[in-house]
Amino acid sequence: MHRFANPAQFNRLADAILPWAIGAMVLLFAAGLYTAFFASPPDYQQGESVRVMYIHAPAAWMAMFIYMVMAVASFTALVWRHPLALLAGRATAPLGAMFTALALLTGMLWGKPMWGTYWVWDGRLTSVLILFFLYLGYMALWQSVEDEEKAGRAASILALVGVVNIPIIKFSVDWWSTLHQPASVIRLDGPTIDGSMLLPLLLMAAAYQAYFIVVFLWRMKLEINRRKLAVARQAMMHAPVGAE
Amino acid sequence: MAGLKTRKKQRLVVVSVALTSLVGATLLILFALGGDSLSLFLQPSDVKERQVEAGQHFRLGGLVETGSFSRLDDGLTFRFTVTDCLANQPVEFTGLLPDLFREGQGVVTEGELNADGVFVASTVLAKHDENYRPPGTMPKSEGQCSHPDDQAAAAAYSEG
Repeated sequence: MHRFANPAQFNRLADAILPWAIGAMVLLFAAGLYTAFFASPPDYQQGESVRVMYIHAPAAWMAMFIYMVMAVASFTALVWRHPLALLAGRATAPLGAMFTALALLTGMLWGKPMWGTYWVWDGRLTSVLILFFLYLGYMALWQSVEDEEKAGRAASILALVGVVNIPIIKFSVDWWSTLHQPASVIRLDGPTIDGSMLLPLLLMAAAYQAYFIVVFLWRMKLEINRRKLAVARQAMMHAPVGAE
Repeated sequence: MAGLKTRKKQRLVVVSVALTSLVGATLLILFALGGDSLSLFLQPSDVKERQVEAGQHFRLGGLVETGSFSRLDDGLTFRFTVTDCLANQPVEFTGLLPDLFREGQGVVTEGELNADGVFVASTVLAKHDENYRPPGTMPKSEGQCSHPDDQAAAAAYSEG
C-alpha cells in the first residue's frame, strides 16, 4: 500500500488511467443519456416523468458511495497517517456534496408532480439532507483550522462519525414509514424494475462512476501540486537569508 | 521501527473500537426510540390498535382500496378507503388530488378523525411503490393485499 503513498508514483498511475477513464465517461454518458431519454419506455404509472429517475437514483448512489470512499480515506489517514489518504478525503468531499445536491434537487423536482410535494421530513429525505450537511461540515473543518494536519484530523474524525448515517439512509425506507418508496434495484429478491428501464439506470450509474474517477484523479493531482507548493513556500520562508 | 508499528496498531484499535461503538450506540438509540417517532405516518391498523381520538392531528398512510373511491356531488370532495390489508380507514378529502393518486396505489394523508370515525384529510400525497415497468406489461408481483405474507398477516390479525 505504501507504494501509492509516493506522490510521483500516484501521478504516473493517474496519468495512465485518465485517458481511459475520460473515454469511458464520454461513451457511458452518451449511451446512458440516449437510453434514458429516447430509447426507454415511459412508466405504467408515472409516464414520462420516470426519466428523472435516471438522473436522480444514480446521483443518490454516488452520494453514498463517495461518502464511503471519503470515510475509508479518513480512516487510513487517522490510523496510518498516510499523507495521500488525507488528500484523497479532501479531493472527494466536493464531489460527494455535488452528487448529494443533485439527488436532493432532482428528487424535489420529481416529488412535486408525482407525490404532490417538494419535500416531506421522512426518514429517507431527512437522512440524505444530513449527508449533505456532513459533506459541508467536512469541507468547512478543512477551511476553519489553519494547521493542515490538525484540520485534516478533525475533518477525518467528522467523516468517520458520519458513517453511521449511511446504513440509516439505506434502510430508512425499511425501518420507518416514509413517503419515499423502498429500494427498486439493490434488494434481496432482485430488482423490481423492468429490464428496459434498468439498462439506462445502470448505464447512468456507470457514467457517474467514470465521471467520479476522472474528477477524483484530477483533484488528487491538484492537491498533490498544492501540497508541493505549500512545502516549497515554507522551505523558502525558513531558508537562511542569502542561501539561494 | 517496532515502536512505530505498535503505535500504528494502537491507533488502529482505538479508531476501530471508537467507530464500532459509535455506530452501535447510534443504531441502538434509533431502535430504542422505536419506529414510531421516526415514522412519517400511521397505518390503518395502528389507528385501530391505538384507538386514536377524534380531533388528534396525524398522518395516515396506506393503499387506496380498489373500488372505494367516490366523488361527492360538489365535485371537489372525494371519499376513499385507506387500507394496510389488516384494517381499513375511510377518508374524506376536499381539494386537488396529485397526478399519481389512484386506486391500488399508496397515499400519505394528513388530517384528523371526525366524530364518525372518518379521517378528514387536509392534504393527500401520492406514494408510489418500488415497481417500474412499461405500460401494458405484467407486474412481477400481484397488486394490493395479494402478497402471501400480507394474507397470512391479515389472517393472524383477524384471529387475534
